[in-house]
Amino acid sequence: MDFNFTEEQAMVRDGLSRLVREQYDWETRRRVVEGEPGWRPEIWAQLAELGLLGMPFSEADGGFGGGAIEAMIAMEEFGKGLVVEPFVPTVVCAGGFLKHAGTAAQKAEHIGGIVDGSRVYAFAYAEPRGRYDYADIQTTAKKDGSGYVLNGHKAVVVGAPWATHLIVTARTSGEQRDRNGVSVFVVEKAADGLITRDYPTIDGRRASEVYLENVSVPADALIGEEGGGLPLIERVADEAIAALCAEACGAMKVAHQMTVEYSRQRKQFGVPIGSFQVLQHRMVDMFTEYEQSVSLTYLATLKLDAPEKERKRAVSSAKVRIGQAARFIGQEAIQIHGGMGMTDELAIGGYFKRLTIFNSEFGDIDHHMRRHIALA
Amino acid sequence: MNLEFTAEELAFRDEVRAFISENYPAHLADFGMREDMSPEDMVAWHKILGKKGWSVPAWPKEYGGTGWTPTQRYIWSEENARINSFMPLPFGVSMVGPVIYTFGNQAQKDQHLPGIRSGEVWWCQGYSEPGAGSDLASLKTTAVRDGDHYIINGQKTWTTLAQYADWGFFLCRTDPGAAKPQEGISFILIDMKSPGVEVRPIKLIDGGHEVNETWLTDVRVPVENLVGEENKGWTYAKFLLAHERSGIAGVARSKRGVEKLREIAGMELLDGKPLIDDFDFARKVSQLEIDLAALEITELRTLAGEQAGKGPGPESSILKIKGTEIQQRLTELTLEAVGNYGTPQYGNIAENGSNQYPIGPEYARHAASTYLNMRKTSIYGGSNEIQRNIITKMILGL
Repeated sequence: MDFNFTEEQAMVRDGLSRLVREQYDWETRRRVVEGEPGWRPEIWAQLAELGLLGMPFSEADGGFGGGAIEAMIAMEEFGKGLVVEPFVPTVVCAGGFLKHAGTAAQKAEHIGGIVDGSRVYAFAYAEPRGRYDYADIQTTAKKDGSGYVLNGHKAVVVGAPWATHLIVTARTSGEQRDRNGVSVFVVEKAADGLITRDYPTIDGRRASEVYLENVSVPADALIGEEGGGLPLIERVADEAIAALCAEACGAMKVAHQMTVEYSRQRKQFGVPIGSFQVLQHRMVDMFTEYEQSVSLTYLATLKLDAPEKERKRAVSSAKVRIGQAARFIGQEAIQIHGGMGMTDELAIGGYFKRLTIFNSEFGDIDHHMRRHIALA
Repeated sequence: MNLEFTAEELAFRDEVRAFISENYPAHLADFGMREDMSPEDMVAWHKILGKKGWSVPAWPKEYGGTGWTPTQRYIWSEENARINSFMPLPFGVSMVGPVIYTFGNQAQKDQHLPGIRSGEVWWCQGYSEPGAGSDLASLKTTAVRDGDHYIINGQKTWTTLAQYADWGFFLCRTDPGAAKPQEGISFILIDMKSPGVEVRPIKLIDGGHEVNETWLTDVRVPVENLVGEENKGWTYAKFLLAHERSGIAGVARSKRGVEKLREIAGMELLDGKPLIDDFDFARKVSQLEIDLAALEITELRTLAGEQAGKGPGPESSILKIKGTEIQQRLTELTLEAVGNYGTPQYGNIAENGSNQYPIGPEYARHAASTYLNMRKTSIYGGSNEIQRNIITKMILGL
């Protein structure tokens, strides 16, 4: 049992902490997300320089031999600054698919561009009527010569407007919702027949509706086994959830600190509102929720390579509990900020919005509660 | 970072598991805390552990501690929880013991520590008063110096198991004129057989006699029973409460409780199917398990901090709040699970031999009384509201 970070891990944390502190203040972020392109490629280049984009890959594949713990550390720092750059879709998701199931040729094709920052990915798994079920998909991939032809509509693909490539899930056989028959493809965003409708998200990022109209991809666009993609998707999604939980912890920590600080400054009835016990205890409960969230983020992260059932239970525990904590801390932060919390001026609103959207990413509280129950 | 035990820790686990299975009294297996326990039952395991040298694992080695790491102590409590053993009572082992070896003089250590270790001497805690609960520092019991003695007068309450106690540790006011109420308090050891000590039972809502009122009328106590310095008792009292809190999360016990709840809900039926298959009920059990998983890692993080040399800090208030909330929710769900058979007052039903029809399943017998009893957990040891005040001050800095 060991809860310490290695020296290298502490260095990653300190480097990112400085980057976020110095370059990601609230006013700058607001200007960026309200303008075009809505993110900062120069920040991405710095992450590449820090070695962060190559973190999950082995040294043999051109990476730096890190893993889930490094991703957790990075995401917590990103959460503190509400970083919008697409680390999870590119590094955790696309990186995860390549790492777990990519052929040598696929790794050679993609990893170099991820590591040096020249390629950006988005993960197109959701569909308009599929909710959080990765198998409930209507997008099809039909065999065509040696390759495939893709047709369908992928929903709310976060980061797609910035992406050079998409990871797309599609059905190669079986009925809608069958566990078998789901496959994973990597598709160039510039491919003929791939149309996107781009839009901003509530929490300051960008996403797209992605329409695939007879998009032809070569045979080597398939990652993993044809029709056997679901366990792989679940594994990568669990890794993404652990990373998002860490991000939520970072955001919750700051939201809590901002609230405590505000309660020290804001005076009503002639005294700081932080002197009222009814508010003090609510801020203590926020703190307790945060600490429990950190604990479950550790648990989920450290169980990512455990046997499937153990991994899923740990990840669902974290997603349920941190979903609840994110909602509680976000709502209480706004309430204690009073009318000022409702304005678009203060950063606290930004944290509230990110924590709100966190809840629906890769399955909400109810979804993960059902998965937890099913695995009892 | 990792959650695995080392090979040495796994070997240690096997060792304590074997010792427990060979030495824990068979008739007390899976006993927990039950209203039908005799005082001999309550100290049986303590005495066995005393002989083995394992009754006070957390103490420094020079006073009889085992020298176990926090992780080993965690394993020890896990292994005891597996069989739901009745652990040594905390009043000597986790409360007055650490105060005596930290602040007491040599004579006090020599006189009291051996009996605490062996389980031969039973201790009780004289803190709360009818007018001083969460506001403990407003206590009124007085100790007035008279030559080589203190003359003690006052009334204490909630004195747990004082009916069996040989000794008690009491907070008494020695300087009524002190500027702040915390400043005039002393920590005094009293022989419970002294003339003027009277213990009267308080019956609780679960029907049990667990706590008492303790009346002190002109009790003469030798001055050498003062621990540490006169008027510094509040410091020792706070020290003791922090120690009390660190073990209060009860994670291992609650894990065993959830297993038991699942067993019960697997036997109870709803619409002809096991209750545990009902989504609404299963959801509550899963929520409890998830909260418990979070608490477990939080406790391990705290232990890891201790291992790195940090003492139990204000974070232990989180363990107290969440641990007791979970214990209460567990007993609430267990009572819910047993349905109609939570209703009978089993404690008042005489067992008239084996020719009577049985009342309900065995597992339902303690559901209601345990639920009622466990309401105390968010009140004792510094109520959960007081714990929030501690976090407000010590962590939020408000």
